[in-house]
Amino acid sequence: MAQALAPGLLVDTVEDRRPQWDNKFQYLLSCVGFAVGLGNIWRFPYLCQTYGGGAFLIPYLIALVCEGIPLFHIELAIGQRLRRGSIGVWTAISPYLGGVGLGCFTVSFLVSLYYNTVLVWVLWYFLNSFQQPLPWSTCPPNLNRTGLVAECQASGTVSYFWYRQTLNITADISDSGTVQRRLLLGQVASWAVVYLCISRGIETTGKAIYFTALFPYLVLTIFLVRGLTLPGATEGLTYLFTPNVQTLLNPRVWLDAATQIFFSLSLAFGGHIAFASYNPPRNDCRRDAVIIALVNSVTSLYASVTIFSIMGFKATNDHGQCLDRNILCLINEFSLPEQSISRDSYPAALLHLNATQPGRVARLPLRACSLKDFLDQGASGPGLAFIVFTEAVLHMPGATVWAVLFFGMLFSLGLSSMFGNMEGIITPLLDMGVLPRWVPKEVLTGLACLLCFLSATCFTLQSGSYWLEVFDNFAASLNLVTFAFLEVVGVIYVYGMKRFCADVKWMTGQWPSLYWRVSWRVVSPLMLLGILLSYIVLLAFRSPSYKAWNPQYELFPAQEEKIYPGWVQAVCMLLSFLPLLWVPASALAQLLPRRRQRREDTQLDTGLKLQDSSGC
Amino acid sequence: MLWLFFFLVTAIHAELCQPDAENAFKVRLSIRTALGDKAYIWDKNEEYLFRAMVAFSMRKVPNREATEISHVLLCNVTQRVSFWFVVTDPLKNHTLPADEVQWAIRMNRNRINNVFFLNDQTLEFLKIPSTLAPPTDPSVPIWIIIFGVIFGIIIVATTLLVLSGIRQRRRKNKESSEVDDTEDKFENMATIANSILCDSLDMKGGLVNDVFMTEDERLTPL
Repeated sequence: MAQALAPGLLVDTVEDRRPQWDNKFQYLLSCVGFAVGLGNIWRFPYLCQTYGGGAFLIPYLIALVCEGIPLFHIELAIGQRLRRGSIGVWTAISPYLGGVGLGCFTVSFLVSLYYNTVLVWVLWYFLNSFQQPLPWSTCPPNLNRTGLVAECQASGTVSYFWYRQTLNITADISDSGTVQRRLLLGQVASWAVVYLCISRGIETTGKAIYFTALFPYLVLTIFLVRGLTLPGATEGLTYLFTPNVQTLLNPRVWLDAATQIFFSLSLAFGGHIAFASYNPPRNDCRRDAVIIALVNSVTSLYASVTIFSIMGFKATNDHGQCLDRNILCLINEFSLPEQSISRDSYPAALLHLNATQPGRVARLPLRACSLKDFLDQGASGPGLAFIVFTEAVLHMPGATVWAVLFFGMLFSLGLSSMFGNMEGIITPLLDMGVLPRWVPKEVLTGLACLLCFLSATCFTLQSGSYWLEVFDNFAASLNLVTFAFLEVVGVIYVYGMKRFCADVKWMTGQWPSLYWRVSWRVVSPLMLLGILLSYIVLLAFRSPSYKAWNPQYELFPAQEEKIYPGWVQAVCMLLSFLPLLWVPASALAQLLPRRRQRREDTQLDTGLKLQDSSGC
Repeated sequence: MLWLFFFLVTAIHAELCQPDAENAFKVRLSIRTALGDKAYIWDKNEEYLFRAMVAFSMRKVPNREATEISHVLLCNVTQRVSFWFVVTDPLKNHTLPADEVQWAIRMNRNRINNVFFLNDQTLEFLKIPSTLAPPTDPSVPIWIIIFGVIFGIIIVATTLLVLSGIRQRRRKNKESSEVDDTEDKFENMATIANSILCDSLDMKGGLVNDVFMTEDERLTPL
């Protein structure tokens, strides 16, 4: 009887209860917000700079076209067609592949724990930016007020503010220290904001995303205009974009490009599947996939132009200060009149003095100042945001405003990515019906946020930053690549290419062209396999070490390289492999009862046959 | 005879005030850095003012209230504007201990700086550490205030959201109690096997409604 009704009509009546996006723009913004995150700001510019500037765009674009867009299309298509979160989708495709959904769910949970901790740090800096002068511009005086705190003098004001006054970091990962109250308060606030925005699912997320996804673009534009007018911006930009084609011969470049595309689009988290599942079933997901992936890449480029004009300014500034320090040394030593040596005439003056009085010059602590060295000091990750950029902001006129804008932008970027992460957790829970129907959705999201908050308190310890690095390096990378590989293989080979193409045609009105079919069948799985194997090889050969901030180290402020203790290495291995175990575990859980059932059936059959033959 | 005495005095003066002499301090000024265009020229009059300030500071020291300007000796003035100074006792045969001079300068550092429109960094007394200003911490750090404001807004917004959700649900319950029967019928019609909708499985096996076919398929190919 059910099959006599049009499938579309059936879907509409039963799925009445499933929430829907208010309009297409909300859905696109949510996916863009999830994909565009902190990595676009602090990972892509660093990769561009390290791997030969403009030349890096070649492997990046190739990876986008061969791997990023096809995988993204698959995720959106299965989410939209099967109208379930990640666990439901994979159980629908094949009961043996249900573990993939569970694995994605676990990885989403682990990632949201530490991703929110980064947001807490951003929030702390944001709150501290509302003062003039900024707190990271000066060292605090020591106890008897005869000088500045020794640690701060050695390391610099910005590093001191980050390592001591924000994290209060210990010298070793096994030394946990105490829970930092300010970070704990920050966690409460941060998870409260997340709960506020996702409490009713996409109903509330859809409203919040208008601000959190669009505000960063506004701020990036403001920073771009400001950055381009700063002195030294052009040096930074030419340095960034000057292509060095030689680097393309290094296989590491291709690996990093492929990995960057993969993580930049936030694939295999289950968030995009969840977002797409709230779409009307007949929606052009192919066009959506291409648009969102392109917007993500263009945002990365846009952000890198902004970041590098400001980094160029900072390098020029540092170079000038280095020269000024040398000039002051010379003037003080030889009692020359003030401002008699300018920055331009410094080399000539140094040469003259070195020729006439080499002994005295040799005793002076003169540093070699080269602009290229300062430009080379690239940083990625939290180091870029909390150390390098905060220092650059100090030298810009109106530093308070820029700091507030910058950290506000980082917070909304991170928040929109958190929405996707939490949807990847909550939608599967809702679909599985973990709580009875009469419990309102706000309670489920509240419980999820509470659980995440309690688990994330371990990052508020003094060694929290080291643990965050552990999670960042081990929890996500290997698992996500494996799940993405299983996704492609599962959809194309288990669900069936023909069936999938027919579904896509039903949704979009067009059979997928040769480009899609070839990339789904051959190119993307091979690329993912390549990434997976290189990851495993690198993991095996990488020494399990980390950089510790130890004021007692002889070479302080350089960070001390330490080896992870045994139990931490065990945790790293657990994080890398435990989510993967869901796949075989769930497959076995499906296989064993069926085998038992089949054995019982055959026993019943033979039993009946015997009865028949012995017959009555 | 007088000339001899004069030479003796200047000779002693020269000995007392020398670079790295006992109880001598080096001073370095960076006037152009501090004042830019408004910088003044360092001449004999400015040196006289400096000696007056040092004498003034020494008068604050117990037992040294009789220090005169002539007891302060300057020497080795360079173009950098740096020089050495010593403070001698009234008989001008030895210099006062460095500790007392240091104490005096530290006590009156602010006034000396202000006279010359300079600060601790631009008027340097090498070997005399300056007392740093106490950190100007407000009683409540600013970040707590802003945190309180933001958190308050979040709490209010969350409460409003939850309350409106409860009200919406109560309204829906009242309406849905009338529509319940028709909904139940629809639920039973949808065949659900293994909690998966039938239509999500292989559609080709079932019947396909003509309405949902594209125009091309309706036309039979030649």
